[in-house]
Amino acid sequence: MEALVALGIGTLTAAGIYLVLRRRTFPAILGIALLSYAVNVFLFASGRLMLNAPPVLIDKTGAGVYTDPLPQALVLTAIVISFGMTAVVVLLALGAYLSTRSDRMDMDNGPDAEEEAGQ
Amino acid sequence: MDTTSSMLPLIVAAPFLGALLPGLMIRAGRDTCTWFTLLPTALALLMLVLHAPAVIAGEVFHYRLAWLPSLGMNVNLMLDGLGLMFAGLILGIGLLIILYARFYLYRSDPMGQFFTYLLLFQGAMVGIVLSDNILLLLIFWELTSLSSFLLIGYWNHLPEGRQGARMALAVTGLGGLALIGGMLILGNIAGSYDISVILQNSEAIQGSEWYLPALILILIGCFTKSAQFPFHFWLPHAMAAPTPVSAYLHSATMVKAGLFLMARLWPVLSGTPEWFYIVATTGLITMVIGAGIALFKDDLKALLAFSTVSHLGLITMLLGFGTEAAALAATVHILAHASFKAALFMTAGIIDHETGTRDIPRLGGLRQLMPTTFAIGALTALSMAGIPPLNGFVSKEMMLEEATHTVWAGTPWLLPALAGLGALFSVAYSFRFLVHVFFGPVREDYPKPPHDPPFGMWAGPGLLALVVVVTGLFPALVTPFVDAVAAAITGGHPHAHLSLWHGFTPALYISVAAILGGALLLALHRPLATGWRRAGPPYAKAIFDAVVGAATRGARGVTDGLHDGAMTRYAAILTLATLGAGAIAWSNGEAGPPTRALLPVSLLPAIAVALLVVSTATLVVLHRRRLVALVLLGVVGLVVAIGFIYFSAPDLAMTQLSVEVVTIILLLLALNFLPQEDPPEDSMSRKIRDGVIAGLGGLGVAVVAFAMLTRDFALPAISEYHIANAYKGAGGSNIVNVILVDFRGFDTFGEIIVLGIAALVIFALTEQVLRGPGADWLANWKGARREAGDRHPLLMVIATRVMMPMALMVGVYVFLRGHNEPGGGFIAGLVVAIALLMQYMASGFAWAEERRRLPYHTVIGLGVLISILTGLGAWFNGMPFLTSAFGYVEIPPLEEFELATAMLFDLGVFLTVLGAVMLALASLSSVARRTGEKVNVHAMDVNPLRGRPGGEED
Repeated sequence: MEALVALGIGTLTAAGIYLVLRRRTFPAILGIALLSYAVNVFLFASGRLMLNAPPVLIDKTGAGVYTDPLPQALVLTAIVISFGMTAVVVLLALGAYLSTRSDRMDMDNGPDAEEEAGQ
Repeated sequence: MDTTSSMLPLIVAAPFLGALLPGLMIRAGRDTCTWFTLLPTALALLMLVLHAPAVIAGEVFHYRLAWLPSLGMNVNLMLDGLGLMFAGLILGIGLLIILYARFYLYRSDPMGQFFTYLLLFQGAMVGIVLSDNILLLLIFWELTSLSSFLLIGYWNHLPEGRQGARMALAVTGLGGLALIGGMLILGNIAGSYDISVILQNSEAIQGSEWYLPALILILIGCFTKSAQFPFHFWLPHAMAAPTPVSAYLHSATMVKAGLFLMARLWPVLSGTPEWFYIVATTGLITMVIGAGIALFKDDLKALLAFSTVSHLGLITMLLGFGTEAAALAATVHILAHASFKAALFMTAGIIDHETGTRDIPRLGGLRQLMPTTFAIGALTALSMAGIPPLNGFVSKEMMLEEATHTVWAGTPWLLPALAGLGALFSVAYSFRFLVHVFFGPVREDYPKPPHDPPFGMWAGPGLLALVVVVTGLFPALVTPFVDAVAAAITGGHPHAHLSLWHGFTPALYISVAAILGGALLLALHRPLATGWRRAGPPYAKAIFDAVVGAATRGARGVTDGLHDGAMTRYAAILTLATLGAGAIAWSNGEAGPPTRALLPVSLLPAIAVALLVVSTATLVVLHRRRLVALVLLGVVGLVVAIGFIYFSAPDLAMTQLSVEVVTIILLLLALNFLPQEDPPEDSMSRKIRDGVIAGLGGLGVAVVAFAMLTRDFALPAISEYHIANAYKGAGGSNIVNVILVDFRGFDTFGEIIVLGIAALVIFALTEQVLRGPGADWLANWKGARREAGDRHPLLMVIATRVMMPMALMVGVYVFLRGHNEPGGGFIAGLVVAIALLMQYMASGFAWAEERRRLPYHTVIGLGVLISILTGLGAWFNGMPFLTSAFGYVEIPPLEEFELATAMLFDLGVFLTVLGAVMLALASLSSVARRTGEKVNVHAMDVNPLRGRPGGEED
């Protein structure tokens, strides 16, 4: 099972990196979203994987088997914050597009400027 | 004899506290401002003088105050002979300088600022010389670098001022870094950062293998500060400062700090061959080179600057000799130099001020025009030349005497010869100062008609000239004081025999030769100067500028190479660099064998992972079709949420699901206005390149993740504590929620504030965008694709209206049970936000916005406020911020239920999340309002009540 989770994390990371390297804002935003998933799952998995042991006390004293609650708490806020971040980035991208009529990521003095000059 | 004196911190603090006064008092006029600058200096000097008799008698005063004892950093102050001399010079000459500056500064110069900087500098200097803790000393040391930067660059409208200040800061600041290293090594060898303890450990220090590194680092600090070759070049450029600053920094204070430190650490560092060869040789070279260059400088202040460099070299050389007699000579020369050089700088300033120039070729004949200035200048310049019966002669004789007794690398004649050469140059430039400025015919072409300055301006240098004469004629007056200082330097009991006449010694012959030779050099000055200019000796500023320029170009080259404006390029570089760092860490680290048993693979999860991989891959392949990509992103998010449930994280699953919904809505809203497809612009080679980078990245993360998952924790998890105390200590069963609102409530508090700020940023950005050029374009915007037939379909409106109360109920339920079951403020906020969003989607932005009672900003503010108040509430119970309390209440016929302050905090979280999500999405949808879209007043496209009695009319 661990191998499958690692595979999932790896796939999300690879796809995220590939999309971040695209030259338009929208795929880059999708790439960041995928990277956020990968990071969140990775952080969550750092508590190690356990089945049927949610961190909700069945015994008031804390006896019993529970998965590690701390990474979950951290990831919970991370998910919400990454929404905030995505929203800001989306608005930056939209604002840039509305102002310049272009959603290219690279500045004009970049090495790819010539390729784009015709557009 | 150690005595505690609680006055010591006041001596150090007086200038710092006093630094507040001039800035305020300048409003009451320049005189008042000056008085209030003199006051703290005089008070500090008075307190110092009160200690003087006891210190000269051999007493040492201490003051100790624990500051950060765990770091060995304490406010430990010490006043012995050495500290007394330096503090006396700093404060005494400081008084004269302040008085002088009152008359020197122009009306247009901000005087309050000047005196504030001066007092800050003064305080830092006094701090250095009274510190008994090397960490404290280092702080004051850096403060002198910073405050001298402000002083040197005081005339910041002049490029020379700015460049000189920057150069001084760069050189002394870098030296300060070296000094920190050296001092820390020293403290670690001695086992204490207290100087008085370090001084007791000279054997341990000199025997340590770290002695040489420590010595070199400390000496770099001292040499840069005291302008020793090859770091001497900053000092002449610091002459761009107003003359009072030059007089203060370069006679008595800043440049003496390096000498002070060498003298302070003399007992532990000196006496070894390393010390002798490094310090004495550097001093000797500096003395000769500085004096030689000074002879050829036409600017009065530049002449004095190089002369200062030379005299500092002389004192350094004496300290380098490492003998008691040499330490005595160094002490006498420090006193002599401070007195005549401060007076000379002020004289140069007077000449500059009253004639309008300080260029020697344009001066001459001032003897008759400025008789008082001439008298002061003549006495002090002759003292600098070492002419009897002035104090410069006394110390120069002592120096030459020591030089004749010192053998350098087996050659007995080398040191006396070079020292004599230095003395000869010194005579020559001193005579030049005197002859070329004051003698000769009166000229017609001074920029301003010269005359003597007002009394206040020549009082300071006049007093110093008096000191020069008196201590020259009667050197025995200062003998007890010099003995006390030298005793403090060496730790022994030296006795000085100060007198004008020592008999016919080799030193006397050298002295006579130097005076004659100096006079001859002056006679030959014109041809020599021509030759000097023709030879074009290396100009230190050019070298410094070349080095700085090369460093700047190098840094710019690297930056431009990495960041050339192409985001994708540096994203790739960043990824590769991270991968490289990870690979290095992986290959050097030790992961150990797998220690965890693997969970068995079952069918359903395997299918989920397959779904995840396939949809991610499809997303990548089809990413140019943005809407499709967005749908696939939703699928990925859902699989992740399911994964959370499967691996025992119900809270995460709920959060992920609800965040997924709002994220997709957000992206859809944005996509509405963005191009629907990426243009096919990537070449195959580029795709392959990016694919390889991405593949490597994914592989690396996967390997690390797998390695982590198959091994147990390296350290015991702190979660044990959370699990054991969730109910006992915080009254909740849902440990994740308890961690969020209680154990790590402060984190959560910070996070909701970040979220609130993000939402406000989005709001502000939207406003900005809608005011920019984008607004015009939006006004003419036509939808990219064909619109659906109904804008607000009946079915959807009805469905969302019905679901609204249910969704809200779910939100309340999720919120209330959060402390004990999966749920809580975060999730409840998201659920309620989705319930509201449905109304926006069904009936349109305008319709929904009209029915909103509270602005979302207010909701965010309320949320944060409630969280703060909850946290503050703990204070009233004498507990730290955000400590929660809970209790159980029973209201029949309900079951017993819990009331916890954590729930109130969670309410704050709930409101902030709700407000932030709604504000972000509402801001984005308000963009659509600018497109000229029809604003609907009705809830749906078809009004079912139309035509009926009581129904609305369109």
